[in-house]
Amino acid sequence: MTDPSSRSRFDPATLRPALLDAVKKVDPRVQFRNPVMFVVEVGALITTIAWLVQLFGGEPIGGGTQTTSSSGTGESDPAWFAFTVAVWLWLTVVFANLAESLAEGRGKAQAASLRAMRTETTATLRDGSAKSANDLARGDVVVVVAGEAIPGDGTVVEGIASVDEAAITGESAPVIREAGGDRSAVTGGTRVLSDRIVVEITQEPGQSFLDRMIALVEGSSRRRTPNEIALNILLAGLTIIFLVAVVTLRPFAEYAGTDVSVVTLIALLVALIPTTIGALLSAIGIAGMDRLVRRNVLALSGRSVEASGDVDVLLLDKTGTITLGNRQAAAFVPMPGVSETDLAEAAQMSSLADETPEGRSIVVLAKQYGIREHAFAGEHQPEFVPFTAQTRMSGIDYDGTRLRKGAGDAVIRWVGEEGGQTPPELSAELDRVSRRGATPLAVARDSQVLGVIELRDVVKEGMRQRFDQLRAMGIRTVMVTGDNQLTAAKIAEEAGVDDFLAEATPEAKLALIKEQQATGRLVAMTGDGTNDAPALAQSDVGVAMNTGTQAAREAGNMVDLDSNPTKLIEIVEVGKQLLITRGALTTFSIANDVAKYFAILPAIFAATYAVGGSATGPLDRLNVMDLGTPESAIISAIVFNALIIPLLVPLALRGVRYRAMGATALLRRNLLVYGLGGLIAPFVGIKLIDLVVHNLLGA
Amino acid sequence: MSASGWIEIAIYVAVLTALTPVIGGYLAGVFEGRVAFLGAVERPLYRLLRVDPQGGQSWRAYARTVLVFSALCFVVLYAILRTQTIHPFNPQEMSSGTWDVSFNTAASFVTNTNWQFYGGETTMTYFSQMAGLAVQNFVSAGVGIAVLIAVIRGFAARSGSSLGVFWVDFTRAILYVLLPISIVGALFLVSQGVIQNLSAYASFSTLAGGEQTLALGPVASQEIIKVLGTNGGGFFNVNAAMPFENPSGVTNFFLMLMILLIPAGLTATFGRMVGSRRQGWTLYVAMLLMFSVAVAVVYVAEANGSPAQQLAGIEGGNLEGKETRFGIGSSALFSAITTVASSGAVNAAFDSLTGIGGLVPMASLSTGEVIFGGVGSGLYGMLLFVLLAVFLGGLMVGRTPEFLGKKIEQREIKLVAIGTLAVPFLVLACTAFVIGTPINAPSVYNPGPQGFSETFYAYLSQANNNGSAFAGFTGYSQPNGTNEGASGISWADGLGGVAMLLGRFGPLLVALAVAGSLAGKRVSPAGPGTMRTDTGTFVTLLVAAIGLVALLTFVPAFLLGPVVQGLSDQLF
Repeated sequence: MTDPSSRSRFDPATLRPALLDAVKKVDPRVQFRNPVMFVVEVGALITTIAWLVQLFGGEPIGGGTQTTSSSGTGESDPAWFAFTVAVWLWLTVVFANLAESLAEGRGKAQAASLRAMRTETTATLRDGSAKSANDLARGDVVVVVAGEAIPGDGTVVEGIASVDEAAITGESAPVIREAGGDRSAVTGGTRVLSDRIVVEITQEPGQSFLDRMIALVEGSSRRRTPNEIALNILLAGLTIIFLVAVVTLRPFAEYAGTDVSVVTLIALLVALIPTTIGALLSAIGIAGMDRLVRRNVLALSGRSVEASGDVDVLLLDKTGTITLGNRQAAAFVPMPGVSETDLAEAAQMSSLADETPEGRSIVVLAKQYGIREHAFAGEHQPEFVPFTAQTRMSGIDYDGTRLRKGAGDAVIRWVGEEGGQTPPELSAELDRVSRRGATPLAVARDSQVLGVIELRDVVKEGMRQRFDQLRAMGIRTVMVTGDNQLTAAKIAEEAGVDDFLAEATPEAKLALIKEQQATGRLVAMTGDGTNDAPALAQSDVGVAMNTGTQAAREAGNMVDLDSNPTKLIEIVEVGKQLLITRGALTTFSIANDVAKYFAILPAIFAATYAVGGSATGPLDRLNVMDLGTPESAIISAIVFNALIIPLLVPLALRGVRYRAMGATALLRRNLLVYGLGGLIAPFVGIKLIDLVVHNLLGA
Repeated sequence: MSASGWIEIAIYVAVLTALTPVIGGYLAGVFEGRVAFLGAVERPLYRLLRVDPQGGQSWRAYARTVLVFSALCFVVLYAILRTQTIHPFNPQEMSSGTWDVSFNTAASFVTNTNWQFYGGETTMTYFSQMAGLAVQNFVSAGVGIAVLIAVIRGFAARSGSSLGVFWVDFTRAILYVLLPISIVGALFLVSQGVIQNLSAYASFSTLAGGEQTLALGPVASQEIIKVLGTNGGGFFNVNAAMPFENPSGVTNFFLMLMILLIPAGLTATFGRMVGSRRQGWTLYVAMLLMFSVAVAVVYVAEANGSPAQQLAGIEGGNLEGKETRFGIGSSALFSAITTVASSGAVNAAFDSLTGIGGLVPMASLSTGEVIFGGVGSGLYGMLLFVLLAVFLGGLMVGRTPEFLGKKIEQREIKLVAIGTLAVPFLVLACTAFVIGTPINAPSVYNPGPQGFSETFYAYLSQANNNGSAFAGFTGYSQPNGTNEGASGISWADGLGGVAMLLGRFGPLLVALAVAGSLAGKRVSPAGPGTMRTDTGTFVTLLVAAIGLVALLTFVPAFLLGPVVQGLSDQLF
């Protein structure tokens, strides 16, 4: 995917379709799903009717004609008042829709480019017949040759090919897909660049990865997540109680001899109900999913995004996640009487034909001893001895000299067979290296043991800080490795993980997850192999690597297109950010009510219980913001209420910044910023708007 | 304001805080079965009731038992009030209550409200007082405690969905808690001069030559449970301002202490039963904080007097409606205590408080009686607010909300929304109906903001099961009243009775349902990423949530009642 962050959300190209969409969404059938905004829309409608009736000479609806008006001036509300309130209420609805449309916008663009890929292709079945790609069913076996698009998701059952997956992953370098093993999955819509493969289709028609991906980024399949629903229930509850508070205010005011117009009551209601969070809630959810998509992670369920914020335990594979892919030679330890250079040279020569990363790292390390690659003269053509599972050694024979390197016990046995003696220091050294968490290889020349090569796992840079951060967030990290206890313990210590699972089998992994879950913890893991599938399915957040097998991709609830196991940490952060943004804006929204009360209620009751010919009553003293007139006070509150939505859209889409810190500190910080801030901000905002509305526009 | 006033307040807080862990620990022992010295009394009772004390009830079964039992109590009490003419212990030959006042009174005492549309000494037989009202004082308090204990079990449960057995919890609440303290307390009150007799009222000639009747009765036995069970219904109409109920400063302090003793202690019981005493203290501190604000505001307001009094040059604060024996400090403290707890016992007239002073009882009630609140009911109401605060705050730490390791999800939040918003809804709807319809006009006694306050307070108090009154609003035909036969009286009785029943059993059922839902939930262990609910930050969050959600809905009503008076030097 192209980097979407390069394009601003607010440039005209993005804004225009979003605005159009926002206006379209004013449709009450759309609004009905959002109880808060639906109430605003109904309010806008009533206010508009009230204005029209007033405009065409009717009696103002619901009061404003008796003793005192809502404006407390003894006259009924002017028509422009109803008009202004109506306009801003409609704008409130549009702003809310705009937030959602902007959040959806990016996904829509992405979906369009994905859809373009889903062109009609004809698949060739193995028996040579042709079938439309759309009709392919699970179990069909198709042949794909260079230059063709793969017609559907499946598993390579025969052959090897390089495949261009840029369409899905955005990665332009082709990847190898082959039958058997963990690199057998292919995705429909990707293109074979070379060779020929036979693919068994594993999807049902219309449910391909691409289809799901389109639905996902577009948001059409977006279902509200459990916590979002819970929050919506609370918002609906608050809306109802404020509705009652406003409806009952009318008889209360009447008893006090004050007549409040319907327009004023609606303005008060809209100001009080949590419109800010009501308007931004769905945008926050969509933007959260979008942030994952931008990190090339596809969350196949919204629930898993929320769950990732709750994760207590991260299972991380050692290899590739915590350590660089492979072990590397770190030191040569010669036996007594052998020089280090001598050992280095022998080690280097025995590894010349060893194409494994370990072998190559030995050659690299030997270079530090000034040993260059040997050129073998023609007549002494060396003979390379490859590694086998039986001998567990590899080496080289030349000029009658035989060099071997391999596992300690294997080399000892070989030296014994050659009639040599094993120096007593050897086993001690082998042991010491093992205890350091490294892997020892012994090197021997003919019947003499030269020394030990220390192969060490290299922990990726910055992992310790990452794990420290996770710990501060309250997340335990568990390293999973096939290594023995000793090695695992050392690496775990070096990397700074909290725990490790050594000699891990798929069963042991599954058991560990179940054990953690039994104690109430949520577990996240990554995996790619077929044997990871059960654990992926069991874990609460299972991230499958896109390079992984079809089984793994189906078992997980997220797919990482970059196949980067460290991504899990970012996923957790996105999940937390999503929840924090929701909570922060809810708090902000509710805290705003205090200031709105201080703006609107003194305006309504300005003249209530006024005595002795005074125009203002005791409650006018609560006009602490010193707002110009009752009308301008009410309008200022409504304008603030509407404008705060677009002002907060960037925050809703970007998410509240997440800092890895303890929960108590985080709570205190967010309470201060969004709680106290939410209390104070509207006082300032409403006052400023009033200055414009009253002093400049004369309301 | 005087130093002695503040000192009394400080001593009160200190003694209450010291007693909280003592009574709380004892209660935890009782309900966890560790305290069982009355087993010989308990066991035959359970056999008689055919209850298996080791069994368990789901929240539904528990709730059903509570409802059926309360319905039964209601019917019995109503029958007693309607048959006064055949009662023994009726030296004054009182007649039976009318259906409407009897309905209201029965609802009032079954719901632990003790709202009184009747005058005790002018309408009730001693038998009604003892077998009807005093019995319900024990029963309704016992029900409240039992339900809270069941709710705590749901919060604390590690597995299963049983909340305990209602009959066992109820029996123990009466047998181990309410009865023993009441017996000792009543004897103490008698020793201090509170009367206890079954005599006919005494008549004597005053010095001025007039004939006066002195009401008597079995007061001490009823007085102690009135405060201990946060009931509040006085034996006499003027409640604890009457010397026979509250003869001295010592008894005044004792009564105040007894009001908050159990509600405060239960926070410690909660802490112990959920395995975190600190959690219990956190709730106590949150309650104490709000309580302290209430006391301070009402004391300062009363000591300074109203703007109208200041204008008239009256110095020394507002003494209208206060017992000079107790003074402003004691009255302020008593007023705050009785309204934060859903007691409603009073030693001063709320109706005569200054505007801002009168705002305090209203605001205290408006929180839904969760600042200590009624015995049991206060804490389970508070727990609903805790869940609300957890839901808002929990999100802000980046996890889906959880309390004591249990996730707060859709079902809980739906219940919490109903539980915390239903009573405000009820209060506003009732007040608007009464204020806005002519049919209720006979009940509204005063005009202007005072009349509004009285009416609003009547429904605030009834729906929140407090029982204190702002006077004025009438639900019975006054002996020489002008509203005799007015249909509005029946409306006031009926509506108030319904409000009390809904206000009691609505939140009660919601709390049990929440507990039932939480009981079966998996507990996730707390870590540094979990929001702690036992810190000062959480106290802030909790108090803010109560303030924003509970109080905000009532702001318009506050403005039109007490605030108008507080801001004006006019008399309305």
